[in-house]
Amino acid sequence: MAAAFVHSHASHCESGVMSSMLRHHGLPLSEAMAFGLGAALCFAYLPCIRVNGLPLVSYRMPPRAIIKGLHRSLDLGMRFETFSSPQAGMQRLDALLDAGQLVGCQTSVFWLPYFPPDLRFHFNAHNLLVYGREGDDYLVSDPVGEEPVRCARADLQRARFAKGVLAPKGLLYYPTRVPARADWARLGRAAIGRTARIMLYTPLPLVGVRGMRMLARRVERLALGDGGKAARLYIGNIVRMQEEIGTGGGGFRFLYASFLQELAAAAAYAPLETLAARLVEIGDHWREFALAGARMIRNRDPLDPPALAQRLRALAAEEKGFFHDLHAAQRAWP
Amino acid sequence: MREREVPQEGNSSHTGHRKALYAVAEDGKLRLVPSRGWEVEEIVTRQAVEEIEQRAREARGRALAGSASPLEYHMHRARMDVELLAQAAGLWRWRVRRHFRADVFARLPRALLQRYADALGITVEALSRVE
Repeated sequence: MAAAFVHSHASHCESGVMSSMLRHHGLPLSEAMAFGLGAALCFAYLPCIRVNGLPLVSYRMPPRAIIKGLHRSLDLGMRFETFSSPQAGMQRLDALLDAGQLVGCQTSVFWLPYFPPDLRFHFNAHNLLVYGREGDDYLVSDPVGEEPVRCARADLQRARFAKGVLAPKGLLYYPTRVPARADWARLGRAAIGRTARIMLYTPLPLVGVRGMRMLARRVERLALGDGGKAARLYIGNIVRMQEEIGTGGGGFRFLYASFLQELAAAAAYAPLETLAARLVEIGDHWREFALAGARMIRNRDPLDPPALAQRLRALAAEEKGFFHDLHAAQRAWP
Repeated sequence: MREREVPQEGNSSHTGHRKALYAVAEDGKLRLVPSRGWEVEEIVTRQAVEEIEQRAREARGRALAGSASPLEYHMHRARMDVELLAQAAGLWRWRVRRHFRADVFARLPRALLQRYADALGITVEALSRVE
């Protein structure tokens, strides 16, 4: 199997893993389609979940949403296995690999030795594919890397059984039935409706467009008492979640635009093409927000949280209009 | 973002890795473009790393001065916080905090030190030292 598997570079781990996995089983699915059909685009500001004392800001749905979304819509018969002991988890992985199975794993980023040191944080919801084993080395296709890598048994075990928030508990997953083709128009239509509803109508004010406004209010009120250090860390955290954490740029907005564009062609529904171009512009505005934040962090511009809050509000307004029109286009779909 | 605008600034925190971005190519289609890095990412990544390094330096100073145990230093070095270390070692948070005291730490049994060492991915000898 090692020879037959083709690694591909992706921007986001979960969509990358699912796209490579399904393609390996004969269903042609790009990363962008996996992301969009999994209805993975989102925005959430979760002050109750703190990482190193900073609130979680997320530009996508929670981990495993893509895997589960595709599992539901494509009827993949996914198997999910978690383990109470690392030994059992490694033995099961070996057994699956020996049986020729391509296996998805949830891991921590921190314990993976091939990651750049500066990017090794205790983030537990990373996904990668294991496609073979040679002695004590596992052959790993990590979608955020350009090339497949090798990972020693002890390291992979640590990464799979890391503790903390979203602990992977050795999660392994693989599909048991993959269709050779799918009705992209029907699936795409349903997935777009889901994303638009989440962005516009989630009752919780922390999610979707309202979450952006809530975050804007928080940013506006950042205290500058300590010379702005805490405020700079707070802003840096938002930008990091948007740009550094495998988002394809602009907090997944470009990735989702790519999905809309691909779906427009696959389903021959032109309005999505125009909407994709609009979302690219919104993504550009997110990048401008990131740039403005970074300049304040490095003191190239004076620290001015209300100015950033203003940008967030403008983005919220833009996205509100966008998802409204996307929802309308979805309902008008013949 | 246009394909030619994709930043290739050689981000030092990527150490040569290229990450995938999506950008609009000449034909108007979005496609995956590998990026060598953007200064903005580097600024926010370095900021987060430097914050942790500073905490580790402060803990190191305390450990060398004898006012804290080496455990706190090793926790920051492993980029953990008390919550995560407590979970990884299977202890209550208050116990971990108590073990930051040099006098308490000095009396810990080897088995408990081993649990901390395993959680931090280092040896017991390294755990008791501050280099």
